[in-house]
Amino acid sequence: MTDDILLKMRGVKIDGKTGDDWLPIIKGIDLDLRRGEVLGLIGESGAGKSTMGLAAMGYVRAGCRISGGSVQFDGMELTKASEAKRRALRGKRIAYVAQSAAASFNPAHRLIDQYSEAPVKHSVMNKTEAEQDATDLYRRLQLPNPDEIGFRYPHQVSGGQLQRAMTAMAMSCRPDLIIFDEPTTALDVTTQIEVLAAIRSAVEQFGTAAIYITHDLAVVAQMADRIMVLRYGELVEEAETRTMLSAPTEDYTKSLWAVRSFKATAKPEPAADAVPVVSLRGVDASYGPVPVLHGVSFDIHKGRTVAVVGESGSGKSTAARVITGLLPPTSGEVLFNGKALPPNFRRRSKDQLRQAQMIYQMADTALNPKQRIRDIIGRPVEFYLGLKGRARDERVRELLNLIEMEPDTFAHRFPGELSGGQKQRIGIARALAADPEFIICDEVTSALDQLVAEGILRLLDRLQTELGLAYMFITHDLATVRAIADEVVVMQHGKVVEQGPKDEMFRPPHHPYTDLLLSSVPEMDPDWLTDLLDERAREGKPLSTEEA
Amino acid sequence: MHPIASMALKRLGLGLLTLLVVSVIIFSAVEMLPGDLAQEILGQAATPETVAAFRKELGLDQPPVTRYFDWLGGAVQGDFGTSLASKREISDLMSSRLGNTLFLASFAAVLSVPISIVLGLLAALYRNTWFDRMINVLTLSSISFPEFFVAYILILMLAVGYPFGLVWVLGLIGLWFLMEGLGSFRAGQKIGRSFSVLPAAFILVGAGLIANVVFGWWQPQMDGVTAFPSISNIAPGTPFWERVERSFLPALTLTLVVTAHMMRMTRAAIINLLASPYIEMARLKGMNPWRVIVTHALPNALAPIINVVALNLAYLITGVVVVEVVFVYPGLGQLMVDSVTKRDITVVQACCLIFAATYILLNLLADVLAIATNPRLLHPK
Repeated sequence: MTDDILLKMRGVKIDGKTGDDWLPIIKGIDLDLRRGEVLGLIGESGAGKSTMGLAAMGYVRAGCRISGGSVQFDGMELTKASEAKRRALRGKRIAYVAQSAAASFNPAHRLIDQYSEAPVKHSVMNKTEAEQDATDLYRRLQLPNPDEIGFRYPHQVSGGQLQRAMTAMAMSCRPDLIIFDEPTTALDVTTQIEVLAAIRSAVEQFGTAAIYITHDLAVVAQMADRIMVLRYGELVEEAETRTMLSAPTEDYTKSLWAVRSFKATAKPEPAADAVPVVSLRGVDASYGPVPVLHGVSFDIHKGRTVAVVGESGSGKSTAARVITGLLPPTSGEVLFNGKALPPNFRRRSKDQLRQAQMIYQMADTALNPKQRIRDIIGRPVEFYLGLKGRARDERVRELLNLIEMEPDTFAHRFPGELSGGQKQRIGIARALAADPEFIICDEVTSALDQLVAEGILRLLDRLQTELGLAYMFITHDLATVRAIADEVVVMQHGKVVEQGPKDEMFRPPHHPYTDLLLSSVPEMDPDWLTDLLDERAREGKPLSTEEA
Repeated sequence: MHPIASMALKRLGLGLLTLLVVSVIIFSAVEMLPGDLAQEILGQAATPETVAAFRKELGLDQPPVTRYFDWLGGAVQGDFGTSLASKREISDLMSSRLGNTLFLASFAAVLSVPISIVLGLLAALYRNTWFDRMINVLTLSSISFPEFFVAYILILMLAVGYPFGLVWVLGLIGLWFLMEGLGSFRAGQKIGRSFSVLPAAFILVGAGLIANVVFGWWQPQMDGVTAFPSISNIAPGTPFWERVERSFLPALTLTLVVTAHMMRMTRAAIINLLASPYIEMARLKGMNPWRVIVTHALPNALAPIINVVALNLAYLITGVVVVEVVFVYPGLGQLMVDSVTKRDITVVQACCLIFAATYILLNLLADVLAIATNPRLLHPK
């Protein structure tokens, strides 16, 4: 039985350096992994999942150190082994699949050269064998044009395909263990399915053990035999997948399970003759010679939320750029309260600019790190409303209270001193500072943990009821749509394929694309992926639009 | 046509346009110099008639625009006119000088580019260690001294003061290492393991040599012996290896002057990339640190490095006046300085135009190379 254990971690402690102090990130976790077993590690960001996964390779990121415990891989103590010995294991017997394949493939080398690097350098195969093997694995993971795709550079291959190519690369030395670090988080639901299918088939075919790190419960339910829930660097709960899903014992686990229950208050239908706040009329737009939007029309009424959904590249964000005037349309027009807006934002009046505000996906990069919160919010207050001095400070305080942040505590801070959810709240306050009628929310919750995201959705919902705001909610996450939307616009390839009230959209019959989107959202049922793949194979449907 | 080729052609066209603008600026700048050229050459004693006749002979009675186009038309065909001072064809005068300058610049480039890139890579690999600090201090010191000072130190070390000058300088470097080492030892820092051998060797050799000079254990008769000549008198017939030997000191001076810039850019560009996910990926594939830097970071850092190398190569050709003067090297820079003092304006114009063309050409080359080494641009979707 003991021989069966591939990885044995005991009391692992890892510290991270903040200023001059070492603060604990992992506070003594035990982990056992049998050969061929898939272990799911879940938790919110900052729980220490990735750190734990990397520690299984005897690796810590710069500014971190292993301060205690032991990591035994196949009987070898990694914390005491020399760097050269650990290097000999990495890539050969323990491989890693990173979150963003687009960032983790070297842009300067062809995929196949990156595939063959590890086998050649670890003397597992020579270059020719490795290249043949690559083509073979690409075929098994159902990449399109397996004979040719390896000779492309990373930027020439789509995100989902890259992620599969990275899984193939991890398999190149037929390792005993693969660490999957959020491999599908950056992908669309439809693309996620094919990556999940590829990972599962790879792991099954070669009997590889795996640690699957994710914050998405439904995903981990498909992949893992056993699940460990982490929080603040400590183990909360550990159980077999089915037990964990049906009968979680800890409160924290239960709260994670229940998080998708939020539903915004339903709003009354707008009157038939009501003038929409924002209205797109047959908008075409293009980036240079490349057309991106084709005849897009939809309305957004006062006090209502329109969710715009679709995969990346479907034109959701481009529609937002057209509304804000950042990208003048080639034809069609944007009406605001029934009046046409000048296509280019430079020709819009200050008042027209004030009425449409934006909240961005990455609050980290959307806030100037060198400005204090009171200046970030105070600037639009001064610019749009002309308030100065005490009046401006008063307004900033009001806004901070509105987003449930204590003005005395936060007004003087810099964005770097806030958590992700707090930064996103500041993003909301900055949009509200202009006193707008309409706000574009561009994937505002997709970079956040589920509990935090739910808080943001609740806040947005409350503000909408209190201030009568109209939202355009861009997202690829259908759970968010279910939670907050009044109406849904489904976009694909720059066209609106279906639109209508939320309840109708989630009720069959669907447009085939809407159907594909809806059926691709992972469910908590551990058999969901197997069933779905069987069903799609039976009906001869493509896995995703990329394949179609 | 391949996008790179059409891009290169477009840049070449722009470069030519820039050169045209520069030629206008050079011509007008010379035009605006105070005083009359013919008067200047003939001296105060000349009669107005002789001056007028001389002006006519020089073509100075023509309007500036006509003269500009005459000059430009000649320059395009390689004919820069005749020198006012020596009456010789400028193209004859310059061709051997230009050859010498290019020889010296290439010599310095062959030394400095590989040295600075390898040092930059090593400094990135052993960043924040002893070795990194040593490289930084040495290259920064050599760039901080004026060129003529570096040149005289080298002459002291390797020519007139050889071998004791060399001993003193190496000894001083050794002493500095000793103090650095003691300092970091007392501060409780770990001395970089892999490279503590090198400074230690320096300290030993340096201390030994200084002791030898002080105590006079061993006094070889070295009068008149030099490692390299301090005057680089080369003539058109000088054989290649003799040229190399005679121009070694100026080339070494230039190398010391340009290395810091290229080395630090290489180091910074590499370190900038070390936090990238694909670098972490390479480490997690078990690649060794040197391979991570050379095959994974370097190809992505080429664009800034190429640009700095091009700037420094241009400097090697156009900025060597002082070094040429110190070593009496018969290059273009010296010709230009001589011509300025002699008010030989046509030669000055020609030199300026050639320097401008060098700058433009090298920067153009850098742009094209920076794009050609970027697979995103070389292999579009």
